[in-house]
Amino acid sequence: MANEERKKILEVEHLAMHFSTGRGKKKSVVKAINDVSFHVYESETFGLVGESGCGKTTTGRALIRLYNPTSGSVKFDGRELTGPMTNDLRKYITSNMGMIFQDPIDSLNPRFTIREIISEGLKIRGIKDEKELDDRVYEMLDKVGLTKEHATRYPHEFSGGQRQRIGIARTIITRPRLVIADEPVSALDVSIQAQVINLLNELKEEMGLTIIFIAHDLSVVKYFSDRIGVMYYGKLVEVADSEELYKHPIHPYTRALLSAVPQPNPLTERKRVRLVYEPEKAHDYSKEQPQMTEVFPGHFVYASPSEVEAYRKEFADRL
Amino acid sequence: MAEKNDIILEVKDLHVSFKSYAGYVRAVRGVNFTLHKGETIAIVGESGSGKSVSVKTIMGILSKNAVIDSGEVLYDGMDLTKVDEKVFHTLRGKRIGLIFQDPLSALNPIMKIGKQITEVLILEQKMNKEDAKKKAIELMRAVGIPQPEVRFDQYPFQFSGGMRQRIVIAIALASDPEILICDEPTTALDVTVQSRILELINKIKEERNLSVIFITHDLGVVANMADRVYVMYAGKVVEFGESEEIFFEPAHPYTWALLSSMPDLETKDEKLMAIPGTPPNMVYPPKGDAFAARNQYAMQIDFEEEPPFFKISDTHYAATWLLHPDAPETPMPEQLSQRIKRMKEEG
Repeated sequence: MANEERKKILEVEHLAMHFSTGRGKKKSVVKAINDVSFHVYESETFGLVGESGCGKTTTGRALIRLYNPTSGSVKFDGRELTGPMTNDLRKYITSNMGMIFQDPIDSLNPRFTIREIISEGLKIRGIKDEKELDDRVYEMLDKVGLTKEHATRYPHEFSGGQRQRIGIARTIITRPRLVIADEPVSALDVSIQAQVINLLNELKEEMGLTIIFIAHDLSVVKYFSDRIGVMYYGKLVEVADSEELYKHPIHPYTRALLSAVPQPNPLTERKRVRLVYEPEKAHDYSKEQPQMTEVFPGHFVYASPSEVEAYRKEFADRL
Repeated sequence: MAEKNDIILEVKDLHVSFKSYAGYVRAVRGVNFTLHKGETIAIVGESGSGKSVSVKTIMGILSKNAVIDSGEVLYDGMDLTKVDEKVFHTLRGKRIGLIFQDPLSALNPIMKIGKQITEVLILEQKMNKEDAKKKAIELMRAVGIPQPEVRFDQYPFQFSGGMRQRIVIAIALASDPEILICDEPTTALDVTVQSRILELINKIKEERNLSVIFITHDLGVVANMADRVYVMYAGKVVEFGESEEIFFEPAHPYTWALLSSMPDLETKDEKLMAIPGTPPNMVYPPKGDAFAARNQYAMQIDFEEEPPFFKISDTHYAATWLLHPDAPETPMPEQLSQRIKRMKEEG
């Protein structure tokens, strides 16, 4: 793929987010994400996968400034998003980026009607004309597969899948250019998940959205994303096109993760060999420091120079 | 595969309802299944399909507002729907073990791990403290806990999710049950941890010749574990058969939908076959086939009369009118047959 010609809409460099608790002697710092670098091209879907606690949600939240990143830089369309939060910057972030949350119940205000929830973003942007608000809300409801009649109801009257649709409508009504979807389907039932995934796909096509899709379900991420980043303990260990990543996983953690995904196929499942990732045994970083390296075009791995050599040799014949 | 005559547990035409403010919720509406010695059956379905309620009935741990309307649960010559609490005390945890979904809430947060395991041994098997400790450490080692002597004196919060689930399994195994019921034991866990727990359950099952009832909504997990599969929808079993039959020759439209609605690692640019609508409200169970309203292959009769089970093979049955001799021939969706073909080639 001609990656060079595509426009990088989001560039993340050495992003770190540390949380500290306690004071003095009791002070402890949790390095939720440490030195994460990646970029996202315009109109693509970038998937972030990893196990719980690996920092994928923290990354998403730090990008949109729900957290104050400890260090590093996030550039959206060339503009720096880290640093002191000014009114101007806040406006820039909120009008360009949106977020869809995992829990469709907790993320909707129970005392707001659906109309109020969906139109809130527009009101904040200064649209006061009731007629226009109504029109835009109805248009959005229609787009996400709900009807006009739903506008006057409250969140508790909806099922999980419908609530997630409302969350999506609320996010896209302001026409953000980048949407961060944090586990948008994992709280939903299997039969409903496909509905929401299809909806997101349609909206992405129609509106040319750029999506950062955060999830732990690798099959879903693989299906939905153009490129995927794999996270492990606060670090991004591998980034590649989704096909490439599944066909030629390079980092031992990615291989272990892929070997653990259960597949609905009794024939392969019974003779599957699961790999176990043990960082202490897999890497020797006492002499060389690992860093994000482009091992093959468009395929980045977090590895030390000697590992990169080894990976290149190992995969030279496969490519 | 187990022999026909060594049935260890049988559920016959079970109906369970809940009294609620909204009305009488018919959670389970006529469930039948059999469990043979040494086999693993999987019960698959979405939330609200009645799979957990069915196994809670077996264990006698339904909530107070539940009513067993009719049906039998036959185990060791007893009907478990009729026996009283005293009898359950001799069964629950001793001959039928249960592993819950959430390993944290299944453990007592202020009791040391070791004590939670030895408790069972001292109370039930009348062991003395030292023997119980020895046995507990042995169990902890069997379920793959490193340094069991140290871990013995720790509290649940010092364990990770996967380790907690191992402890729960150790407790369930402490009194050597014949049947192990696993209610979504890996849903709360990460995939790499999940695969290790599944391996562990499989290994223990082999070693102890356990019979396992495995409840899940994840078909990948089913493919890994089950000898036979029961698919449930809206309080009923809609299709059952051996694992290969369910995955490679599914016959019920709901099974088709379940199998094709989620992407697997090979799925590319095609649109997912989403199931439209939502599961029915079980206060007012629909007339006819409960899945009809969401079923693109539904015929008139699906809305009027409930389909009986049609036999596909000796072990494979499905409740759908599509199998009736008069029904038009309906092949499974193209996308699904493609996927099955691909899976067979891989295997």
